[in-house]
Amino acid sequence: MKFIDIVKTAIANSFRSKLRTGLTVIAIFIGAFTLTITSGIGTGVTSYIDTQVSAIGAADVLTVSKAADSTSSTTDGPAAYDPSKATTVSLGNGSRPGTTIQALTARDLTKIEKTSGILGVDPSVRVTPDYIEYDGKGKFEIIVNATATLTKADLAAGSQLSNASTADQILLPTTYLKNLGFPSAKAAVGRTVSIGITDYTGAQQTVKATVVGVQNETILGVGAGLNQTLTDTLHAIEVTGAPAGATDSYATATAHFDVTSTPAEITAIKDDLTKQGYASQTVADQIGSFQTVINVIIGVLNAFAVIALIAAGFGIINTLLMSVQERTREIGLMKAMGMNGGRVYTLFSTEAVFIGFLGSALGALAAVGVGSLVSNILADGVFSALPGLQVVQFAPSSIAIIIGVVMLIAFLAGTLPARAAARQNPIDALRYE
Amino acid sequence: MSVPVLSAHNIGKSYGSGANRFDALKGVSLDIQAGESVAIVGKSGSGKSTLMHLLALLDDPDSGSLLVEGTDARKLKGKEVNRLRNQDFGFVFQQFFLTANATVLDNVVLPLKIAGVPPRERKARGMAALEQLELADKAKNKAINLSGGQKQRAVIARALVNNPKVIFADEPTGNLDTATGAVVEDILFALNKDKGITLIIVTHDIELAARCDRQIFIRDGLEDTTESGASRKRHAGAHAGAHA
Repeated sequence: MKFIDIVKTAIANSFRSKLRTGLTVIAIFIGAFTLTITSGIGTGVTSYIDTQVSAIGAADVLTVSKAADSTSSTTDGPAAYDPSKATTVSLGNGSRPGTTIQALTARDLTKIEKTSGILGVDPSVRVTPDYIEYDGKGKFEIIVNATATLTKADLAAGSQLSNASTADQILLPTTYLKNLGFPSAKAAVGRTVSIGITDYTGAQQTVKATVVGVQNETILGVGAGLNQTLTDTLHAIEVTGAPAGATDSYATATAHFDVTSTPAEITAIKDDLTKQGYASQTVADQIGSFQTVINVIIGVLNAFAVIALIAAGFGIINTLLMSVQERTREIGLMKAMGMNGGRVYTLFSTEAVFIGFLGSALGALAAVGVGSLVSNILADGVFSALPGLQVVQFAPSSIAIIIGVVMLIAFLAGTLPARAAARQNPIDALRYE
Repeated sequence: MSVPVLSAHNIGKSYGSGANRFDALKGVSLDIQAGESVAIVGKSGSGKSTLMHLLALLDDPDSGSLLVEGTDARKLKGKEVNRLRNQDFGFVFQQFFLTANATVLDNVVLPLKIAGVPPRERKARGMAALEQLELADKAKNKAINLSGGQKQRAVIARALVNNPKVIFADEPTGNLDTATGAVVEDILFALNKDKGITLIIVTHDIELAARCDRQIFIRDGLEDTTESGASRKRHAGAHAGAHA
């Protein structure tokens, strides 16, 4: 019997008992559907995070802060006063309201800079400009994205911020364009905008900055990105007229190390900083912990889907055993007519694989349909604040893998009944009533 | 005399073991020449079906030896046995063994499908076989919708489709009424005469057996030589009478 005939016969045989095959296909369908959806969520969320923060973008940067003071625990009461310690500063945006951490002082910065492996350190200064204006078309409030220098932006036009540049650079979010009077993202690139900022004495000053790029809005900070030079310029104006030492404390600092450092070297730098009482994290650490959580959730969901598929595998065994039982005479006849055991085995295995294929292909197809629909509804509804987030995304390769794995499970489930069929003696089979 | 198509020497077969051991066949010898029609006659349980299964290489004898065109069947490889069953043997069963929901044509071309014949040729040869048995108009019908006689004709078409040398028929008229049975018998003997296909019929129907060239009577797993001998004599007498 030719292979193509075996396949055709197997397919025809699986449709002979439509109800039974149908029920088995439903069982596989559920497993494949779940697996496809969970893998789709995995793909969607991961690709969203990847586009939002090209995590690798600032691989040479550590965010350093003072480690939480172990002595000031709730049971021991307040720690003894240390005049050399800076006052606490409250963390802004993103942290628990009212939480404070020990501030970094100029002395801390020097200490961090001296740590071996650290090439330079910049205090993370938070500047609060009053307005932004382009070409006299009206002043608008400006929010500064504090993490802009740490991440690679998802650009709509132009280029990334350059911290090495001595020019004052700004990266505008797409949402600013219309109000400022730019017809398109491309039109904004290269233009000069004015930023208004109030100094310590209350006088307002203006700084000119060049728009180097336009970025799609991201979860890691809505607002305009400033390069280090512009931040420094604005900070210098903000502290103009301040009494000495009044603004000399920072919540965090950004330390740079050699971009070619190996993970072991980075760990060594971090350990060194920990010993000196500083907590440090690379961008990869920050995003990595987020991704780990998502991966664990998806892993658990996948495990459930696989359990469903294993249950479906027993369904296949059952279906085929009944099929072999029902077709005992037919198998006997085929063997009497000179069909060898191997072909009989292949015939039943193929039937199992076909049932697996049918269930998984339908399941994956339905998952893609439902997933895309739900994802679009969510993107316009609950997640409309997160532009570009498609919660469920499907990679053709992972769908192919899922279908392949299900077919493999089906094949394995089919071996037992197929062996039973192949081993039948034609005489016993023909006598079977 | 030429080499017999099938030659059995003292073949025996038993089922089960110990106290449950049952000797179905206790040692039967026979030669079957090409173009002969032979009836294996016996009551149910006599061992006649077992003998046919052994001759058709569907089962291996426990004792004795079987030669297929002079070659010991035990020396044949599995592949050769399958080829032999597929191409040289045709089977007609009392219970038909048609796949109920498949078309008549699909049922008929099953041996060709197993042999790996391409679809176009399969269809042509299947239709030719059906034509021969006047079933061509039923080719597209499902097997389940045929009458008993039509089913048996479809089974004969299936046995014929590979142009076999030997057709084994196990109670071919057992499930048919007398008139239809007679038609089926005529078809089988016509094939034997016109095409020279060797016919081995297992039956308990003495009248059907009488139409064969030779009868082998089986009783309790052994050949009943007195009966067989008597029939041989009758047969010879009939021939002599015809020629006189």
